[in-house]
Amino acid sequence: MSEPVTLQVVPRPSPTLDPQVALRRVTPRLRPWRWLVSAVVLVVLAQFVWGIFTNSHYEWHKFWPFFTRESILDGVVVTLEVVGLSAVFGLLLGVLVALGRLSTNPLIGGLAWAYVWFFRALPLPLLLIITFNFSYFYPRLGVGIPWGPVFADVETASLTPLAIGVIALSLNEAAYAAEVIRGGILSVEHGQIEAANALGLSKARQLRRVVLPQALRSIVPAYGNQLVGLVKASSLVYYVSLLDLFGAVFVLESRHPESLVPILIVGAAWYLLLTAALSILQFYVERYFARGTAHAPPPTPIQRLRRLLTPRGVR
Amino acid sequence: MTAALEIRNVHKSFGPREVLRGVDLTVPAGGVVAILGPSGSGKSTLLRTINHLERPDLGYVAVRGELIGVEVRGARLHELPLRAVRRQRTRIGFVAQSFNLFPNLTAQENVAEPLVAHRRLARPAARERAVELLARVGLGDRGDAYPRQLSGGQQQRVAIARALALEPDLLLFDEPTSALDPELVGEVLSVIRQLAATGTTLVIVTHEIGFAREVADTVAFIDGGVIVEQGPPSQVLDNPQQTRTREFLSKVL
Repeated sequence: MSEPVTLQVVPRPSPTLDPQVALRRVTPRLRPWRWLVSAVVLVVLAQFVWGIFTNSHYEWHKFWPFFTRESILDGVVVTLEVVGLSAVFGLLLGVLVALGRLSTNPLIGGLAWAYVWFFRALPLPLLLIITFNFSYFYPRLGVGIPWGPVFADVETASLTPLAIGVIALSLNEAAYAAEVIRGGILSVEHGQIEAANALGLSKARQLRRVVLPQALRSIVPAYGNQLVGLVKASSLVYYVSLLDLFGAVFVLESRHPESLVPILIVGAAWYLLLTAALSILQFYVERYFARGTAHAPPPTPIQRLRRLLTPRGVR
Repeated sequence: MTAALEIRNVHKSFGPREVLRGVDLTVPAGGVVAILGPSGSGKSTLLRTINHLERPDLGYVAVRGELIGVEVRGARLHELPLRAVRRQRTRIGFVAQSFNLFPNLTAQENVAEPLVAHRRLARPAARERAVELLARVGLGDRGDAYPRQLSGGQQQRVAIARALALEPDLLLFDEPTSALDPELVGEVLSVIRQLAATGTTLVIVTHEIGFAREVADTVAFIDGGVIVEQGPPSQVLDNPQQTRTREFLSKVL
């Protein structure tokens, strides 16, 4: 049998406070675990980095010559061209398809849906090869009156590998971009559209001034993801005999099988660099569209560095 | 003389739910009408039919004698194309309960936007005008703030300035103080009070009985989709003739 528990309330003594204490600055609490965990992580990281530089298999002395080799640089330029053009065309077409998906006209809506379905379904290599062989079933493409006279046309067989790569990637990119953009537009609060309607703003103006700027807040991060995917997907243009960065790496390593590892590292380094550039761009674009949403937008790395270097108290 | 606002026999259903069942209301120029009623009585729907955010199923709304959102063709009313409706809406200011300021634009840009869109003002001129309008609601110095940096009362005042930008014939308020903390209600009401005093035609859906009594020259009590009783505040609020009005007032007063 346990003893009945009696609870005794001991009043905490209220300390007599020096009125000066209220004027003191509060020191943040110490965080011993944070320091300990950081130390462990740093040691592991240091060992890893040390290994990279001391392991002779990496053959670092070959890195720079391959990194700046002409064929690789040419490949980088091709990759940049393919990615840049496909990103622009994909985005433009994607906006159109997204607006189509949101249209109340069932024909337009259905068509846009079918577009997304079709171009998301086809594996990119397949789409590239179909585009490559497009001239086989449509030798000429023209603008004119349906079943009537043609005003202007091009010979599809004269398309360069670059054009083929860009067309295929843009078509594919637009399907994904459309869904990203549509999601962003749907995320805009309904009251906003109603307020724009109440002001009598035209549909185009609503889109330009109210809906899209707010939609971009959620579009930009998702589209950034999309673009990084595009950089890597662009390596598939190798299928249409376009020598991009990946193609250049591939050719180079078959010519220098003894330098396989350094060449692979060079390829990886270039893709890392390109993606880093995109991420930095995305950071600033996101920051721009965060206007008005947060009380203060996040500081840029430069601002952070400056704050770190400024002595406390001066801030 | 034509009335500033004329509502005749307006009906509106949402599916099987009949929200407005024949509303009649006339507001002379410079008149201030307060619309009271329990929630779900159709107050907000009525207000939204005035600038054609809702299309009436039957009946019409006219501002200064011009039909809103519809035109007479033969014996029927036909809904106007959106462009024409938008032009008409520029004559009707609308202030919503939740302000609906565009959060991506500053206060000044919010107010300037309709000026740029409809008056074809250059942006600097529109901004200048926006600051004047903001000054009228006591926010001349907050033009560069984004809506989220403003208090609810300030946001609502910006929304009022925005609604005033096109010098509308008529200003609609949909429970303008309901989303505000009690201590911020006063600043918004005082702006509305000033508008009433300067002869702007106002239609105000509100729960502030005291304010309605003070500022309105007509109080309309709406319930079950019809106006049950209307008249000067002294009559409707202090000596209601209908039991439904009496019941409602006994609950809110």
